[in-house]
Amino acid sequence: MDLILEGAIKACQLLLSLDPEVLGIALLSLKVSGLATLLSVVLGVGFGTLIALTSFPGKKALVSVVNTGMGLPPVVVGLFVSILLWRNGPLGFLELLYTPTAIVIAQSVIATPIVMGITISAMQNLPASLRLQILALGATRSQMVLMLIKEARLPLMAGVMAGFGGVISEVGASIMVGGNVRGYTRVLTTATVMETGRGNFDIAIALSLILLLFCFLINYFLTYIQQRERPR
Amino acid sequence: MTQAVSVLDVKNLRVDRGGVQILDIPSFSLHAKEFVSLIGPNGAGKSTLLLAFMGLIKKRSGALKYRGELIHCDASWLELRRRIAMVLQEPLLFDSTVYENVASGLRIRGLGRSEIKSRVGAYLERFNLTDMAQRSARKLSGGEARRVSLARAFAVEPEMIFFDEPFANLDAPTRQTLTEDMDRIIREHGIAAVLVTHDQSEALRMSNRIVVMNGGSIVQQGTPAAVMNKPVNEFVASFVGMETILEGVVLGNRDLQMTLSVAGNEVDAIGDHLPGDQVYCCIRPENVTVSIIDPGRKSSARNVFAARIADIASMGPFLKLRLECAFVLTAYVTCESFANLELAEGREVYASFKATSVHAISRRAPDTPLKESA
Repeated sequence: MDLILEGAIKACQLLLSLDPEVLGIALLSLKVSGLATLLSVVLGVGFGTLIALTSFPGKKALVSVVNTGMGLPPVVVGLFVSILLWRNGPLGFLELLYTPTAIVIAQSVIATPIVMGITISAMQNLPASLRLQILALGATRSQMVLMLIKEARLPLMAGVMAGFGGVISEVGASIMVGGNVRGYTRVLTTATVMETGRGNFDIAIALSLILLLFCFLINYFLTYIQQRERPR
Repeated sequence: MTQAVSVLDVKNLRVDRGGVQILDIPSFSLHAKEFVSLIGPNGAGKSTLLLAFMGLIKKRSGALKYRGELIHCDASWLELRRRIAMVLQEPLLFDSTVYENVASGLRIRGLGRSEIKSRVGAYLERFNLTDMAQRSARKLSGGEARRVSLARAFAVEPEMIFFDEPFANLDAPTRQTLTEDMDRIIREHGIAAVLVTHDQSEALRMSNRIVVMNGGSIVQQGTPAAVMNKPVNEFVASFVGMETILEGVVLGNRDLQMTLSVAGNEVDAIGDHLPGDQVYCCIRPENVTVSIIDPGRKSSARNVFAARIADIASMGPFLKLRLECAFVLTAYVTCESFANLELAEGREVYASFKATSVHAISRRAPDTPLKESA
């Protein structure tokens, strides 16, 4: 009990003193996971909408693959992204392994199926005749797609939250493709693992509190937007 | 009916679904300021026809012209759709305010903010929605939601408007009010309208022309009176409420006054069928009079039969009687008459109907011909 209490007190001291290293780790986490989420929203909402609104052979199989992808184990993603970016790998010439970009790529791979799966489900849950109604109102195809995305914005927002929550809290892929390099690719989760291993519980608790705070603030912000969108 | 310029012409329209033909319309025209009702059983192709008019369904063949101009590319279809408004069975409102819903068609057309504001304001007022402009469209009652969907459709000030059972599942007073509002605006603005409905009284009241569809084809079209009183075949007769349809043979015809043999009884009717022709005798239930004494020569009805009341069913203000004589007749009587005549199941009565109330249809008539009746 004392361990937790002392850890929590030291964590608060670290946070309040605005420790530059802790701040740097926190900002990098936010930047990397934010970019990965943004990328996954572009890809996930785009392709998810396309899959939901079109009919083609093998659609059910593809949706099943996407849904399976929603539960991709981060270590598996880390492994395959590492192989791709490895010096002798297919994309080795880009020299991205153990860089923040590599973490963004790996986290995008994790978040995209989450956002895509939720997008497909949200789009398919809209009434089928809504598309006809929008076109009958004189909309072009692109206006129709935008209006449908707007109609599905609340579940889509949930998809963004789930995607961000999934990547900011994952550790396996980040450590494998980022390497937990101090001051360069060290993010909140990888640092927490490392400090716990070293027995530095105070720092680990401080990092965990920041992680929780980020998760809460981002979700609070998105929930606020989601609720504000609902008219009286 | 004044035959104005046709705004929409369809030729040889065919639509397939899953390899099966679901729509086959050799020819159809919608005229300016005309109100057409499409009636027919479920699956007759009424809604599919509306979607085909708007290019919202893939067709196997067919050409559509707007004011003589062939609609041939995506751009011309879009231009056509922007001249039409469509109200579907479900209100399908957007997850936004009432105001935004009514404005949606105008925003799609890229109208300026001030024009949108004035147009939306006018139509909100028109449909008594001003007070709820900022309310969520998802929190409206069924009747309110239909009003919003109507306001949204009329706000784009269309040249044509299509309704696909817009008032299904609404209570009678709400339905009546909305129908009146809709009818008034259509007449005021001279909009050509097509209404898909299962309510024949609505079709009769509002239309210049009624089109009866079955199995993806137009079976009959004409004025409401023609379709209701002179159906072209047994299907239309049954569909428009001719509840008594009897098989008969023409025994003789003198100056259009026919004598028919129906189940061994002679029935007088008016028509041009020739002796020996096999016909269906169609009689509307409201044209059959029930009395407890033989009307004999006092009545102008030429056909009088002794009958027994076999069954009684309530129809609200009316009672539907199944009368058994040599054949089975269906008759409506008011609740008041039923009580005054002390009618009851099993009671012996007289059923009478005029020769003009019998509509004879040739039994050789094909099931689905296109016939336009004046």
